[in-house]
Amino acid sequence: MPDQQSDKTPFGAQEVAAAKGLTAGTATAPETTAARSLWTDAWHDLRRNPVFIVSALLILFLVVISLWPGLIASRDPQRCQLGRSLEGPSAGHWFGFDTQGCDVYTRTVYGARASITVGLCATLGVAVLGAVVGGLAGFIGGFWDTLLSRLTDVFFGIPLVLGAIVFLSMITLTGIWPVVLVIAALSWPQIARISRGSVITAKQNDYVQAARALGASNSRMLLRHILPNAVAPVIVMATIMLGTFIALEATLSYLGVGLRPPTVSWGVDISAASDGMQFRNAPHILLYPAAALSLTVLAFIMLGDAVRDALDPKLR
Amino acid sequence: MGRYVIRRLLQMIPVFIGATFLIFVMVYALGDPVSALFGDRGPDPATAKALREEFNLDHPLWQQYLLYMGKIFSGDFGTAFNGQPVTELMERAFPISFRLALVALTFEIVLGIVLGVVTGLRRGRSLDTTVLILTLVVIAVPTFVLGTTGQFFLGVEAGWIDPAVSPDARLDELIVPGLILALVSLAYVTRLTRTSVAENTRADYIRTAIAKGLPRRRVTVRHLLRNSLIPVVTYLGADIGTLMAGAIVTERIFNIQGVGYQLYQGILRQNSPTVVGFVVVLVLIFLLANLLVDLLYAVLDPRIRYA
Amino acid sequence: MRRSIRLTSAVAGLTVIVAAATACGGGDDSGGGGGGGMIRASWGDPQHPLEPANTNEVQGGKVLDMIFRGLKRYDPETGEAKDEMAESIETDDQQNFTVTIEDGWTFSDGTPVTAASYVDAWNYGAHIENAQVASYFFQFIDGYDEVHPAEEDAEATADTLSGLRVLDDHTFTVRLSEPFSLWPETLGYAAYAPLPRAFFDDHDAWLAKPIGNGPYEIESYQRSQSMTLVRYEGFKGKDAAQNDGVELRVYTDNNTAYTDLQAGNLDLIDDVPASQLQNAQNDLGDRYINQPAGIIQTVSFPLYEDAWEGEDGAALRRGLSMAINREEITSRIFHDTRTPASDFTSPVLGDAGGYEEGLCGEACTYDPDRAKQLIEEAGGLPDGRITLTSNVDTGSHRQWMDAVCNSINNALDDTGACTVNPVPTFADFRNQVTGREMTGMFRTGWQMDYPLIQNFLQPLYYTDASSNDSVYRSEEFDRLVDEANSEADEAEAVNTFREAERVLVEDLPAIPLWYQNGTAGHSERLENVKLNPFSVPVFTEIKVS
Repeated sequence: MPDQQSDKTPFGAQEVAAAKGLTAGTATAPETTAARSLWTDAWHDLRRNPVFIVSALLILFLVVISLWPGLIASRDPQRCQLGRSLEGPSAGHWFGFDTQGCDVYTRTVYGARASITVGLCATLGVAVLGAVVGGLAGFIGGFWDTLLSRLTDVFFGIPLVLGAIVFLSMITLTGIWPVVLVIAALSWPQIARISRGSVITAKQNDYVQAARALGASNSRMLLRHILPNAVAPVIVMATIMLGTFIALEATLSYLGVGLRPPTVSWGVDISAASDGMQFRNAPHILLYPAAALSLTVLAFIMLGDAVRDALDPKLR
Repeated sequence: MGRYVIRRLLQMIPVFIGATFLIFVMVYALGDPVSALFGDRGPDPATAKALREEFNLDHPLWQQYLLYMGKIFSGDFGTAFNGQPVTELMERAFPISFRLALVALTFEIVLGIVLGVVTGLRRGRSLDTTVLILTLVVIAVPTFVLGTTGQFFLGVEAGWIDPAVSPDARLDELIVPGLILALVSLAYVTRLTRTSVAENTRADYIRTAIAKGLPRRRVTVRHLLRNSLIPVVTYLGADIGTLMAGAIVTERIFNIQGVGYQLYQGILRQNSPTVVGFVVVLVLIFLLANLLVDLLYAVLDPRIRYA
Repeated sequence: MRRSIRLTSAVAGLTVIVAAATACGGGDDSGGGGGGGMIRASWGDPQHPLEPANTNEVQGGKVLDMIFRGLKRYDPETGEAKDEMAESIETDDQQNFTVTIEDGWTFSDGTPVTAASYVDAWNYGAHIENAQVASYFFQFIDGYDEVHPAEEDAEATADTLSGLRVLDDHTFTVRLSEPFSLWPETLGYAAYAPLPRAFFDDHDAWLAKPIGNGPYEIESYQRSQSMTLVRYEGFKGKDAAQNDGVELRVYTDNNTAYTDLQAGNLDLIDDVPASQLQNAQNDLGDRYINQPAGIIQTVSFPLYEDAWEGEDGAALRRGLSMAINREEITSRIFHDTRTPASDFTSPVLGDAGGYEEGLCGEACTYDPDRAKQLIEEAGGLPDGRITLTSNVDTGSHRQWMDAVCNSINNALDDTGACTVNPVPTFADFRNQVTGREMTGMFRTGWQMDYPLIQNFLQPLYYTDASSNDSVYRSEEFDRLVDEANSEADEAEAVNTFREAERVLVEDLPAIPLWYQNGTAGHSERLENVKLNPFSVPVFTEIKVS
């Protein structure tokens, strides 16, 4: 079934090279060739899309803040005065103080790093793992589909709380990475199901059948024909998941297995504000970290939309 | 088709065994549950030992597992630490969670798909933006906050609902909890439908259908929607499990003793019979839901065939 | 936040449209169970089967308190142990007691309560085969070691406690293994309740619907859902119920119970959730109850670790104790439902019972400068850092832990000095504590079994005692406790216990944080709602209008 021969045709070789260039992570595939690949086309489109530019700038800003929070916040996020607990916004403390009397503005700025790292890395992990497992299951079908799908089912059965407590209390490592790992390990089945379904549908399309009849290789069909047509649901899921993962991190922290102080994160602050219904009396402690989280999710939803549009040849 | 279904049903056996073993090992890895039964007081070794014997905790892991599996096949799922048989807990919890999931699923299907289609057809319009903002709110504000706020306004201020659901958990009592539970999934369903619809509006067959002069409604429902539903159906199928098992927060807010609650309690108290029993039934539900989804693929896209 | 509320209500608005159609019908029938003189009260699912000697937490204790009356009863106001079923408990040597019970008491199934009802119940509670979590209550009775050996693998060598003997229907004798002058005072605890024959004859049926001799009898019981108790007309005691009965409803979250109280679907909630404390005063006014209970929260140290040994260790502990701003934490975090602790007991004991305000002195007073100085003189914190460990699955432990660490950090002017170490489950936490795996501070709390100063000291700090989590050893302390126990005069005994407590203040194996109050809220239908020193509502005295 795997037909390496077809790669020998010059045309096929070019395309595969272009596709490989992109899967390796470089968006700038060789443009010297006359026939530009779908991926280079997409990149060309994206650069002119205002939605993409706005979202990219927003994400850049968030990344810069994550790396150097000191740029816009001069206080220490751990320096808290219980005496000022739940005080509202005031000059010099624009966002007010939380229950412990910590400055909400400083904590919101410093919270970006952990939250965005967890959200972004876990989403990437889930998307890659889920798309590969689900995509392969849907594409190959037969025995491998059965095996991978049932494996997905078993993973799906593990309750998140149980999995998180077991893994995180056994791993002695602390910090962000175990949390990312656990979230990714327990959340990929969802994406796997979706991408399997999409690949199964995309496989039926006439152009895929045509490509197969023309003797296209498996990898070529997958990357050039099926993937672009199956990727939209994965992007949509991933952009929303990014937000839920940031919140999930807080759930884990509240269970005592997530991020540990002195790490600051939006999730932890949001759940601290909801725990004890503090938000009823001091809404500001919930509003600011929640707004920061919304802004991040918005940026990625916009980015996702733009990328999806760019990948859709029907739009051109 | 019939053979396909039978094959799928047979596949449940290894998954069932694999999942039970995995969960059993995980609960075992949590450590010894007995000392917690003594509260803040140090356990006295003799009583602790007697309790371990009672719950079969004094055997090595594989023996515990075999003992447990042996009992399962005779219908005995063990006993929770408060002396209640796990089957009794399951008989109560599963129907309640099933109803709750059903309500939530209805919201997802009706509200999610309608909103998804409308926003997909009118991208960039004000309704699209409003739905986007609501989506952001649902993602960024924890369910707990939305739930308790809704409960307070509807239950206390307006007096339209009872804040706590009665032990019978009638369908009409589950409407508000069901909506709260559905919120995050609603965001997924809406956006998945929206993207799918937006993509398919430009497909050739839609253009053909419109060119043929078919009425707009017919094009939308028969051609556009049907072809856009595959990712949505997949998501919904996978979501049934999440709705049943992951309703911990919603169940807590509305005092519903469903699967999520029992599972969470079981995990915190490290009671393996409860956890394994519940997860086993959940895995079976996932498997059936997935089978259903796979069969639906063939209905939605006639090109997909199962041998 | 105004924006966020508007958005949430927009979402809620959608709900409203859907809900309005159906929900109105369901709104009013839920009050049905509370008709007449019934009290609708919140309840939590008991963690163990409802047996007297198998209950060590408040929710099960609440029911036992309603359906059982033992030899003694703790006065709901003063906590003083008063004779209930006991006509007399006599002793000459603080070791051999003769108990005479009142005539005419019956269980709610009509069978009489006799001396054998007590002796059989105690034998059941003590025996190892029955694996009762509170069997340690019988450890003072002679022969306990034979029915309940201490070693893990030993078998019981006797069926019954040799120290118990029935003389006739109304009299039995108790021989303790050593003198314990205050022993009769412990008899108000539920574990000492008498049991009817039905308990032994058909155990499962009894568990499904327990039968006792208290002011209420159980009419119906749906496990982990609800329990309906009605007044037991044949009740012989002094505190007959002033209402028709109680309907206990299980809530998995107290917040929901609180909301239900506000919505008028519930009459009584004990233990107002921490989250609502700030609102309770406004929402409920004088229907909010906040009164002392016999609970003290402490932070203990692993004295088995080198870093905490010796004089430097004691100085460190003293310094840390003085770095904690108890006043600010109890008011800001707990909204005055905790009181800063200044001894190792509880205010509910009263001055005569052994409570002494300020006994802890300077060591429990906030003084950041002195704290810093003490810690520096002792060579600083071990490795410059310390952790505060607790489980976080129950109670809002996270908040006060953060606050305590921040307080220490501010005193030491080092934001990295103290960090919290949350443990996901109570079981895991207890395993780590009893496995002696702690390295820094850890949460310890004590809810009294009976209102005696002995109960706040001996089980916690006596060498090898069951809850001596910091593994504290002091010959001086042990000697004073032994002395106090064999003291014939009660006041003398209390004084000697206080002396023992002063040893603790010197050594500080644990630092007292705060005394916990009991809280409750009730509807306008109820009058005369009180909590007893165990923070359980006194149901019998509640009047329903």
